[in-house]
Amino acid sequence: MAEHIIELVDISKTFDSTEVLKTINLYIRKNEFLTLLGPSGCGKTTTLRIIGGFEQPTTGKVLFEGKDITSLPPYKRRVNTVFQRYALFSHLSVEENIAFGLKIKKLDKATIKEKVRNALKLVNLEGYENRSVDSLSGGQQQRIAIARALVNEPDVLLLDEPLGALDLKLRQDMQVELKRMQKQLGITFIYVTHDQEEALTMSDTIVVMKDGLIQQIGTPEDIYNEPKNAFVADFIGESNIIPGIMKKDCLVEFCNTIFDCVDKGFGVNEPVDVVIRPEDVEIYPDDSGKLQGIVESVTFKGVHYEMIIRTDSFAFTAHNTLMFPQNSKVSISVAPDNIHIMKKAVN
Amino acid sequence: MKRRFLAYPYLLWMLIFIVVPLLLVLFYSFTTATEDGFAFTLDNFKTFMQPIYLKVLWRSLALAAISTIVCLILGYPAALILSSRQMSRKSFLLFLFVLPMWMNFLLRTYAWLTLLEKNGFINTILSVFGIEPIQLLYNDGAVVLGMVYNFLPFMVLPIYSVLKKIDPSVIEAAEDLGANQVTVFRKVIFPLSLPGVFSGISMVFMPAVTTFVISRLLGGGQYMLIGNLIEKQFTAVYDWHFGSAVSIVMMVIILISMGILSKYDNDREGGGLW
Repeated sequence: MAEHIIELVDISKTFDSTEVLKTINLYIRKNEFLTLLGPSGCGKTTTLRIIGGFEQPTTGKVLFEGKDITSLPPYKRRVNTVFQRYALFSHLSVEENIAFGLKIKKLDKATIKEKVRNALKLVNLEGYENRSVDSLSGGQQQRIAIARALVNEPDVLLLDEPLGALDLKLRQDMQVELKRMQKQLGITFIYVTHDQEEALTMSDTIVVMKDGLIQQIGTPEDIYNEPKNAFVADFIGESNIIPGIMKKDCLVEFCNTIFDCVDKGFGVNEPVDVVIRPEDVEIYPDDSGKLQGIVESVTFKGVHYEMIIRTDSFAFTAHNTLMFPQNSKVSISVAPDNIHIMKKAVN
Repeated sequence: MKRRFLAYPYLLWMLIFIVVPLLLVLFYSFTTATEDGFAFTLDNFKTFMQPIYLKVLWRSLALAAISTIVCLILGYPAALILSSRQMSRKSFLLFLFVLPMWMNFLLRTYAWLTLLEKNGFINTILSVFGIEPIQLLYNDGAVVLGMVYNFLPFMVLPIYSVLKKIDPSVIEAAEDLGANQVTVFRKVIFPLSLPGVFSGISMVFMPAVTTFVISRLLGGGQYMLIGNLIEKQFTAVYDWHFGSAVSIVMMVIILISMGILSKYDNDREGGGLW
């Protein structure tokens, strides 16, 4: 097993009697791309700021390569941060921005110049040394912010929704580039985002958070295919979440119909949440499926059509490359291994 | 463009109360009264070049500069403390800074008179400890004190408003890049606050260099700054021509110093004079 570079042990954080984090335990492996994913207010940014040293946890410890760094100020940590709104120094040129950390380390001028040039090359902005920060576009400013952090060769790079302010196309390009940089440099990236697609694209490990608690930790495939609870399923991509009853192992009832499934270990007649991805809803133009329904709406989404299919007891969201006309009668089925059974959420 | 007429009342106001008086001052400074009206002359300016007047000019500039520096030394830390995020009673402190500005300027300065007098508050307290009364009034120190006291808010407020606008994540970014608090201040906070410092300097220096009330009250009747010199020409000597010439010289000096300041102040948006 790879070495743990950072460990969070029983971290909690309270701001003015609001509990933002409740007992976070997490380890981060060396050289992995880990994403903290969750809706706003889930505590992901606070977690990142605790790792960066900008917030002190109310309880718990932060370990860096096994050593306690909880009370170490940010400037003594071998960690660098890319901030959400770039936080560039507007009174300095691009070169001076990137050289900021190197100058503090008192490297000699030639080395600094060389490193700055390499950093700019890494973010594809060669020759921008003497530009003023204000003259750059949002995407370019973000690249400078990334270069400014990476030039210090940190062991861990923290990124706080760095692509949030960019438009879709630019964001997708930057996702690929960030992943490339991470592989090329072999640095641990800890990335905060609320964008599930971004998380799935880039991460080695995704940590899904909600209300100050970790919901699930896993690879993007795990999280998408085997969400642990209805919240994760709903947050990672669209889902149909249907109340159901587990009849026995591998047999579940929902929408008043019995379906085969692959999940075991639930109690007999235990109420559960049944999660079905829209792309797993099979649609038939005749009545050969298990549930009969009517196409309520059709929306063209580019690669596929999104259709709402109303059955007697549930309106399914379905994705299909074929279009079934509105108000037409259809029937639907779901393959056993596409039916995901989850314990009912407690709250 | 259609709404341009809305500016006319203001333009008219400016014309009557700023442009015309300025032209009159300019006219008076280059003329002298003769039996049949006015005649062009440079004598007014030549008069001013005498050592006695140059000394007054020099003293005014020196005292204003000292006051500005003292205001900066006192005001910058105050603004820094006011703008710091940890300050909870911020609005109360800010209120304390602004409060004296609500009082009449003359009244405030008279208050110092009673404090500093020979039989005033401070000397009375000193006498309790058996210390002989000290001459606190009617010297350069009293005038500088009066200027600093009156103009300090004009230094604190612009610096405070610039500091308050600095994005906290910029400071965090500097810490993140390895800067300790001293370095953060030196390399980030101070440079970013320079626009505020420059406007603070000009807002203190300008009134300080032209004041005549502070110097007359706290400096005494014989005390002469450039403001007093100008005032005397209009109210006592009735030499409007010479008074205008001194005013023009003063204006040119202020314009030049503002120009130099704004050269260093590239960040301020738009409308610099130079």
